[in-house]
Amino acid sequence: MEHSILMHEPEDDVGVAVVDLKAGTEARAVTLEGRYIGTVKVTEDIPLGHKVAMRDISEGEEVIKYGRPIGRATKSIAKGSHVHIHNIKSMRW
Amino acid sequence: MRKENLKLMGYRRENGRIGVRNHVVIIPVDDLSNAAAEGVAHLVRSTMAIPHPYGRLQFGEDLELTFRTLIGTGRNPNVAAAIVIGIEPNWTERIVQGIAETGKPVEGFSIERSGDLKTVEAAARRAVQFVQWASELKREPFELGELVVSAKCGESDTTLGLASNPAVGRVLERLVDAGATAIFGETSEITGAEDIVASQAATPEVAEEFMRAFRSYQEFIKSQGVDLLGSQPTQGNIKGGLSTIEEKALGNIQKIGRNKVQSVLAPAEEPKGPGLHFMDSSSAAAEMVTLCAAAGSVAHFFATGQGNVVGNPIVPVIKLCANPVTVRTMSEHIDVDLSDMLKLKLSLDEAADKLMEVLVRTVNGRLTAAEVLRHDEFVLTKLYRSA
Repeated sequence: MEHSILMHEPEDDVGVAVVDLKAGTEARAVTLEGRYIGTVKVTEDIPLGHKVAMRDISEGEEVIKYGRPIGRATKSIAKGSHVHIHNIKSMRW
Repeated sequence: MRKENLKLMGYRRENGRIGVRNHVVIIPVDDLSNAAAEGVAHLVRSTMAIPHPYGRLQFGEDLELTFRTLIGTGRNPNVAAAIVIGIEPNWTERIVQGIAETGKPVEGFSIERSGDLKTVEAAARRAVQFVQWASELKREPFELGELVVSAKCGESDTTLGLASNPAVGRVLERLVDAGATAIFGETSEITGAEDIVASQAATPEVAEEFMRAFRSYQEFIKSQGVDLLGSQPTQGNIKGGLSTIEEKALGNIQKIGRNKVQSVLAPAEEPKGPGLHFMDSSSAAAEMVTLCAAAGSVAHFFATGQGNVVGNPIVPVIKLCANPVTVRTMSEHIDVDLSDMLKLKLSLDEAADKLMEVLVRTVNGRLTAAEVLRHDEFVLTKLYRSA
């Protein structure tokens, strides 16, 4: 099976959809080096380039991508859901 | 990349610098002189007017930056010769002198006491001579290490952090290893990754200077009583999947690779030595590329995700893109398609090879998409309102 999610770091909370993902899809996630990380069931449509939660994230938690915080969850985010401005916010402004 | 693939041919200017284009430019000192500059460019083939909206009643640092940008544009090695036209003689002469230091042909004309038509005639006569002279200049071989390049991205999305920017980073590593000079910047767009840039500073002093420039910009934003929510990331960035400035910045700084940052440059300031330099600059595409051109960059790498179409009058802007939708829908703007990187069918080193190949072809004369499509954006950075 081809990958449809790329991850910067294996431990990241989010991966990036590299194709348009339909709700219900079992999406295979690999690192940029091609290392298999896991498969996640996507719970909603997620467009190419947008982020997928690779685990459950609680409200207020830092969200990690590139092995670094890219913002904070403004509500709890279930594994497989779309992660974007509706549920995370910058910690700078 | 194999050595034999790197046959680089450029124009060696009077001061020894290498240009990859051979432009004769007509530079207006101020907004009022755009009409005359464009008049000359209409009359004389192979000249290019570079109109802009400023140059009157500016003062202090803002005025200095306008001078530095206009002078730097004329000094750029991609320019063979320059005509400068201003309303008044003294500011015109100051720009002429700044360009003349390079040893290239330059002459100034002022409109007061002669009017547009006589000025256009006199300037056009000189431009004819410049063009005929420049048309006989020959390209000659040069070394990769003699190149000055710059990099900035725009209409970013998550594909930049995954693919395009790491590819640019790898190329900048190769260029810097060969002794070349490279410029990056975008002060606001480093927010969230500033510690990474600081950690790559060549010396603690450079790290400190970088952090000073970074903090000064953050304080400027606060002093305006606003934040950049809604501007950074932009609506295009958000559409492309970038949610926060931290995420955008972490993708952005991939393009510096593992290079050390040798110095912090003022906007439009020429680097004093080889290696990678940070320029304190806006993240707006045309402003940033204009500043890099004024600092002596002769080729620019521009990674885009959602499809920014920017170009520059004197510097070829090489567009690279890894977003397959953008590559398909905006193909006429894209010079290097890196979308196979997302499929993991193109490795980082292969992507860097591809980019190097296009750089070499561009340097040797192939026109970029932006050049062919007349994307000649020239935008002065304005620091504050005029008097």
